[in-house]
Amino acid sequence: MEALIQLTREPLKRDELVAAVSHASVGGIVVFEGVVRDNARGKQVRYLEYDVYEEMAEQQIRTIVTEAQQRWGVERVAVAHRFGRLEIGEASVIIVVASPHRSEAFDACRYIIDTLKSTVPIWKKEVATNGEEWVEG
Amino acid sequence: MKIHIRYFASIREIVGQSEEMLDVPEGGSVAAVRAELLARYPGLQAIMARCISAVNRKYVDAETMLHDGDELVFIPPMGGGRQREEVR
Repeated sequence: MEALIQLTREPLKRDELVAAVSHASVGGIVVFEGVVRDNARGKQVRYLEYDVYEEMAEQQIRTIVTEAQQRWGVERVAVAHRFGRLEIGEASVIIVVASPHRSEAFDACRYIIDTLKSTVPIWKKEVATNGEEWVEG
Repeated sequence: MKIHIRYFASIREIVGQSEEMLDVPEGGSVAAVRAELLARYPGLQAIMARCISAVNRKYVDAETMLHDGDELVFIPPMGGGRQREEVR
């Protein structure tokens, strides 16, 4: 299947992403879900604001997923990232990798989230009780 | 020639808009536009020093020559969710 990639302001739908990669040939599905935490570097976080360079982010995510698919031979991948305002406990990103065996799925999922965080143009602003700042490196 | 510049994250907030068209002399580079923006928006100094650049949605270096209609974006570091062991 072609990888499913979503960038959206709406709440992420984990079940739909899992359903999209499910198949009779699949023996394991790994889901990584990044959620908004109520603290960061000693600050009390109220909510997060994500900004995205949408067209480029989608291209970059597709490139990362293709690399993971080739490297680990995993075919069935879904990646969704939310932007706009996110409240504590809400999912900001979900990566789902399905493969015949679990090992490749774990490795590919880990690679996709780590690479996404460092190379895809998506930024977050922490709005805390004592002020706000973009988390930029 | 005209270059389409888009602003994101802290840069968007400092500049106060999300995009603009900029007139650039023929043969202008990414670095030349960067210098022009720093003159226009001195508040960008600190963040610009840490940005990389993208032209038409591909990462490029500062010497890259621009062409009419190019989309240029200065990309602040994506700091979100860095792994703890990498923060040194």
